[in-house]
Amino acid sequence: MVKVTFVTQDGAAHEVEAEVGWKLMEVAVNESIPGIYGDCGGQAQCATCHVHVPPEWRPITGERNAAEQAMLANAYDVTEDSRLSCQIIVSEELDGVTVDVVDS
Amino acid sequence: MTISVPIPSLGLTEDQRAARERIYAAPLAELDPGDPESFGAQQMYWKFERLRAEDPVHFTAAEHSEQGAYWSLTKWDDIMAADTDHETFSADAGITLHRPPAGPVESDINYEANALGGQLRSEDGQIVQRERQDGLIQSLLSMDPPQHEVHRGAVVDGVSPANLKAMEPLIRERAGAILDALPIGEEFDFVEHVSRDLTAMTLATLFDYPQEKRGKLTFWSDVMTAIPGPGAVVETEEERMLAIREFFEAFAGMFQQRASQEPRVDFVSLLAHSPHAQDFTFAELQGDGIVLLVGGNDTTRNTITGSVYALNKWPGEYAKLRANPALIPSMVSETIRWQTPLTHMMRVATKDTELGGKRIAKGDRVALWYVSGNRDEDKVENANEYVIDRKNPRQHLSFGFGIHRCLGNRLAELQLRIIWEEMLARFPEITVVGEPTFSHNNFIKGYDRMTVVIPRRNG
Ligand code: HEM
Ligand code: FES
Repeated sequence: MVKVTFVTQDGAAHEVEAEVGWKLMEVAVNESIPGIYGDCGGQAQCATCHVHVPPEWRPITGERNAAEQAMLANAYDVTEDSRLSCQIIVSEELDGVTVDVVDS
Repeated sequence: MTISVPIPSLGLTEDQRAARERIYAAPLAELDPGDPESFGAQQMYWKFERLRAEDPVHFTAAEHSEQGAYWSLTKWDDIMAADTDHETFSADAGITLHRPPAGPVESDINYEANALGGQLRSEDGQIVQRERQDGLIQSLLSMDPPQHEVHRGAVVDGVSPANLKAMEPLIRERAGAILDALPIGEEFDFVEHVSRDLTAMTLATLFDYPQEKRGKLTFWSDVMTAIPGPGAVVETEEERMLAIREFFEAFAGMFQQRASQEPRVDFVSLLAHSPHAQDFTFAELQGDGIVLLVGGNDTTRNTITGSVYALNKWPGEYAKLRANPALIPSMVSETIRWQTPLTHMMRVATKDTELGGKRIAKGDRVALWYVSGNRDEDKVENANEYVIDRKNPRQHLSFGFGIHRCLGNRLAELQLRIIWEEMLARFPEITVVGEPTFSHNNFIKGYDRMTVVIPRRNG
């Protein structure tokens, strides 16, 4: 188990336990984090799991893949930090990460 | 004639059983799931049920269909695979199955009669012309990348989360006014007085169109998807063309007016002030106008009507909702799945490909039947049942997936949520009287009329 924190649009920080191997989106949906819906079941095809990941975590979370890029091209509030959280797999190294949830 | 929706758990009528048997007895090759007749009569469910079991990727030859030859995808996974592979399955050939009568249409605005997207097709449904050219309707919904992004990007702020927040009190006030004006203890048409009016007001806001003329917008929207015929909103193809032309003229006028004004967040102003506005062709703008007009209109209208209908068919679910209004959001998603307001999207194969063991050839038309995938038991447990608190209510195909995923899905959900919050606050019950009239349409799945009565207000 590692700790991850979702900061929702209202500014509230939700610190939760996450199981290694899960998609970050699945962790959020499981904890009913507002703003993360996971409508496509985690296939990078709906953009309802959009988060901002701070740059210092990028070496661990990796870069966007092509499908993710195509969906983010049409999403709201897209920045350099934008990721679809269904494309981020929870690992030991991710322990302590904080991401911002973006409304979709 | 009244027809009931087949609901296995509720049992079938004699007529329904006979119709179902006929469908199962017919030669598979002759099965034409897109036949509008079966939608009007609510018999398409059995065609799809049979296809999912016996021939999930199904070909209907031109001689067995009035709409030309086409493939049908009926299982969730195949639909998802095609919807999310826009390189192999292009939206660029018109996104509906409906094929208008062959031959040019009299109009100096020259566009294909299938107003939702376009290509020229020969008699047998083959595409004879795949070049884009001015005069052929091309909307954001029927575009492929990279153009798609430019057009979708232009209007996306019209339904941004911030904009929806701003619209919420407006929608709530309108919903309240509509509901307070309804008669108590007297029958009325729910479609006309509630579903249509609320969504028309929203549409007028999205276009920044005068509210008092909103009926015009819904008329035009209905025309776009109508299959002309006796009793339809337009009776002939010519009448339909005239009405569409009238919309284009109004839209062009609005566009020019907005271009000369300060930018705002209505769809027309957003298009007019897009940094790419000067590159937009006339045909593209018309196409965008149509999709923005139609996209949110009858879809949301039919979901509102469908929610009242389904809750009446499953009174136990209505009771759950009354006891626990916190279930509204999941009831809304379940209704959108169960209703599937757009039955399908059409794609065209850009290369030879294989799906579900079938070879689909370049140029073939492929219908992605959301209405069938949403009832796929391999994906949705008890898929024919309406269950407002099922486990993953948001996981349905009704909004599509991939780059064309519905732009207005949050706005649709918002309107549904608000109308139900306001209805539950006012009425213990809205009772459906008899059966609604189902639309005779293989694209828009909905209701022309539904008589209801509200026995009393909350005490
Ligand atoms: C319950 C209501 C609705 C349903 C079921 C619905 C369904 C759909 C579907 C199936 C698509 C195509 C998805 C695909 O090709 O993968 C779509 C696209 C679209 N919808 Fe909706 N829709 C609804 C409400 C709305 C509303 C309220 C709007 C208002 C703005 C809207 C605007 C659009 C637009 C602009 C597109 C084209 C998006 C693109 O091609 O990028 N829809 N919708
Ligand atoms: S869950 Fe659909 S894009 Fe991540």
